[in-house]
Amino acid sequence: MTPVWRYGRPALVLLLAALAVGVPLWLVAVTSAKPQAEAIDPNLDLPRHWQPAANYADALAEGAMLRGFLNSLLVVVPSVILVLLLGAGAAWVFARRKSKLVSAAYALCISGLLLPPAVITIVMELRQLGLAGTRPGMIAVYTGMYLSTSIFFMTGFIRAIPTELEEAARMDGATPSRIFWRIVLPLLRPVIATATIMVMLYAWSDVFYAFFVLGGGDRATLPLNLYQVASAQLYLNNWHLVFAYVVVMSLPMVAVFLVGQRKIVSGITSGAVK
Amino acid sequence: MADTVVRTRKQPSAAGTPQRVGRLPRAAVHHPWWFALPAIAVFAGFFLVPNLLNFYYPFTDWSSYHADIAFTGLDNFRTIAEDGSLLRAIRTTLVYALLAAVFQNGFGLVLALLLEDDSRFNRFFRAVFFLPVLISALATGYVFQALLDQDGAVNSVLGTDIPWLGSTTWTLVIVTLIHGWKWMGLAMLIYLAGLKGIPGNMLEAARIDGAGPWRTFWSVRWPMLAPAVTFNVTTALIGSMNTFDIVQATTGGGPAASTEVFNIYMFRIFGQGLYAQASAMSLVLFLVVVAVAIPLVVGLRRREQML
Repeated sequence: MTPVWRYGRPALVLLLAALAVGVPLWLVAVTSAKPQAEAIDPNLDLPRHWQPAANYADALAEGAMLRGFLNSLLVVVPSVILVLLLGAGAAWVFARRKSKLVSAAYALCISGLLLPPAVITIVMELRQLGLAGTRPGMIAVYTGMYLSTSIFFMTGFIRAIPTELEEAARMDGATPSRIFWRIVLPLLRPVIATATIMVMLYAWSDVFYAFFVLGGGDRATLPLNLYQVASAQLYLNNWHLVFAYVVVMSLPMVAVFLVGQRKIVSGITSGAVK
Repeated sequence: MADTVVRTRKQPSAAGTPQRVGRLPRAAVHHPWWFALPAIAVFAGFFLVPNLLNFYYPFTDWSSYHADIAFTGLDNFRTIAEDGSLLRAIRTTLVYALLAAVFQNGFGLVLALLLEDDSRFNRFFRAVFFLPVLISALATGYVFQALLDQDGAVNSVLGTDIPWLGSTTWTLVIVTLIHGWKWMGLAMLIYLAGLKGIPGNMLEAARIDGAGPWRTFWSVRWPMLAPAVTFNVTTALIGSMNTFDIVQATTGGGPAASTEVFNIYMFRIFGQGLYAQASAMSLVLFLVVVAVAIPLVVGLRRREQML
């Protein structure tokens, strides 16, 4: 390694990180602490007058943030659990059984990796089922959308696990349900971490499908609220509130990532490159 | 729903008593179908059925203006073809997907090569470059709107007055750059894994044969990265054809509809109550994705085997 590159590389990394990630984050941080008059034309200057507390309190109140947070939790958490549980059950069967029917069912179930969800007719179907604008409807849609991903990752993972463990348990008289709960699910732990973060990444920040299924109103999730706050910004010029909202909304994802960082990284990468 | 799962699980354990084991095929006893059925039911019910319905409703006059839905043949397609929105949406979406995939993969690969060694410094900066992936795409869009606005931060730093988001030609490129920025961390992780998977003795052999870093990259590492490239290019292309949030938050489809991708169009037309017309566009998106995805996956798989 040439000496230029030895010092050039970290310097380049620092420069890129500062420009590409530092500047946008800095803008969010300083703007969210400015009074409205200073935030109208967003810039990178430090606030002349600091008022983060007032901004965050305003964003909490005007954006109905607590309700949005609860609404987001109430659709994202059940969706994640269902995607994982149903996906694991299906992946187990798809990975262990071999027949034309199984391959066909597997191919069908992972078609959602590539195909786009038909969002307009989803609305039609939910209306006929009486699920339009409800949380169960939203959960069903998210679950349907992300099952393919979890089935794909988990099937690949289970295929790589030797069957001996299962066979030993079967010798001891364990039923399939018991084997699934006691052996297969615990073995799936690394890929469950990955699938959780992937589904959360998409569902927590989704605004497009939430707009069609939930609309605004009482059940609006955090991103939907952000959209409403920001759309009002055309008239109010409230960048300071928009960015206070962005900070609060992003914190849960960052926290989840920091806690599970190592597992998430290894999970994402091992699933993808097979 | 959790209740039904638990309930159905109990029945076969009663049915699978030892006497019947001999008659059923072994796989059916050990990995019974009903483990897969709830997933298949939800996936079929809320993903496949809507996609099937999407082959019928575009040919009707379903809208918010009247309660009945009548078959009208190709009327909706004629409308979107004649007002130019069909071709424009196809072209805009394809250009968007292509550029977004190029930027996302380009940034990701450069970052992976820069941060390849497993030092503490590199691990920290990998996390830093992964941050944009964690921020919602809508929020990302607003951040860049504030940066690139004509009265925004970039112009005030550079002392310029460029309408970054106001060009009918270049704004699409800028929005795809933002898309690439948002997802580069994910591409980086996957390229890092690909790089780590290259056997050390191969690199050693290349070095002994006198290959410089440049030659090593193109002759050894790049071919060995094929699976990572397949995954990244496919997910980037397909994912960005479904884009909505970033475009909506930065330009809303403008200026002059120059960034109006499929989902933005559907969102707008659905808001006007023209459901069947939105559904027609949704069907076109479906067909475009299939037309791109199948040759892409087949082609990239073949490339992996050849390299």
